[in-house]
Amino acid sequence: MDNLMWIFISALLVNNFILAYFLGICPFLGVTHKLETAFRLGLANVFVMLITALCAWLLNTYVLIYAPYLRLISFIIVIASTVQFVEMAIKKLSPELFRALGIYLPLITTNCAILGLALFATNKGYGLAESLVYALGAGGGVTLALVLLAGIREETRILDIPDVVKGTAFTLIVAGILSMAFMGFAGMFSGN
Amino acid sequence: MNAPTDQGNQLAIEFMKGLWKENPIFVMVLGMCPALAVSNTAINSLAMGLATLFVLFFSSLLVSALRKVIPAQVRITTFVVIIATFVTLVDFLLAAFTPAIHKELGAFIALIVVNCIILGRAEAFAARNPVLLSVADALGMGLGFTLALFGVGAIREILGSGSLFSIPLFGNSFEPWVVMVLPPGGFFTLGFMLLVFNWMQQRKKQTASAKPV
Repeated sequence: MDNLMWIFISALLVNNFILAYFLGICPFLGVTHKLETAFRLGLANVFVMLITALCAWLLNTYVLIYAPYLRLISFIIVIASTVQFVEMAIKKLSPELFRALGIYLPLITTNCAILGLALFATNKGYGLAESLVYALGAGGGVTLALVLLAGIREETRILDIPDVVKGTAFTLIVAGILSMAFMGFAGMFSGN
Repeated sequence: MNAPTDQGNQLAIEFMKGLWKENPIFVMVLGMCPALAVSNTAINSLAMGLATLFVLFFSSLLVSALRKVIPAQVRITTFVVIIATFVTLVDFLLAAFTPAIHKELGAFIALIVVNCIILGRAEAFAARNPVLLSVADALGMGLGFTLALFGVGAIREILGSGSLFSIPLFGNSFEPWVVMVLPPGGFFTLGFMLLVFNWMQQRKKQTASAKPV
């Protein structure tokens, strides 16, 4: 139990996928204009990550021992088809949620955080329960980072920022400060 | 287009645009994840840039050559499979010839698959243009990416470790800015590089608009 808890906290805060591993930077910079959409994208991420972790574990345990060189190709195909499948399922089961997620659902396919999750989880040799908890922590961490940055950007919209700094440069510097704040979590639980 | 010089010009234009005017990192802000993740030393960022260049070159070549054969409905999936194949190749090549670098870069080599630059160029350029032009475009974009990445890596290594390619640059009195080799340094370096890039573009615009008056 302790071990699972540690994996969760580590993925959520200490090794935050966005702020420490630089995975999923594109949506991090692209869709954090509004708090609302950032939060929804984060949730969609958690969802796809959970399913990907499950599939990656299945593939890694039962298929890839026979053909390790197919790892990358099989993962990316699984992710692309999972996203497509999830999209169809949500559309059928809950049209409301589908409308709320909109374009962000298909875009998750090309989010490196998802493939990164599958690769890291299998590299670390996680079992089924560990993979799922890892996915939950990583997804939560991504949501946290997205929401934090979106909140800061909403607040700073009315500030008088020099022209040259506006846009991506400003966002990156804010992200750097956020990342520095998250470094405070480094070393947590390292005594275990 | 018929005259050989025109074609040569076109090739040169497609090649040059990736280096500065449409630089994938500074202008299009694509492929940020590897740009930040592995750029804590100059050698890592150079290796990452060259690996991306290799994948970009061959996937553009293949996508462009097969562009009339691939059905439009499944093109994205096909592109991804082509890209994943070349990334697997690079992964094994690096593991065989430069195991130290391969260990440093780790999973980020595999993550070249989801680098938006490669899929972006396949979809936006290689799928619509003849092989030669696509290859020129891929080379330009890849080199532009490599140069920008190398810039970030060199700045971070010089400030963060006081060395370049692991050769110490300063005397013992230099206190390294440790934060630069840590994740926040990546964000800061790229942020400031974009700032300088914006400033240069703005000055260029100002001098251009000032001239006719």
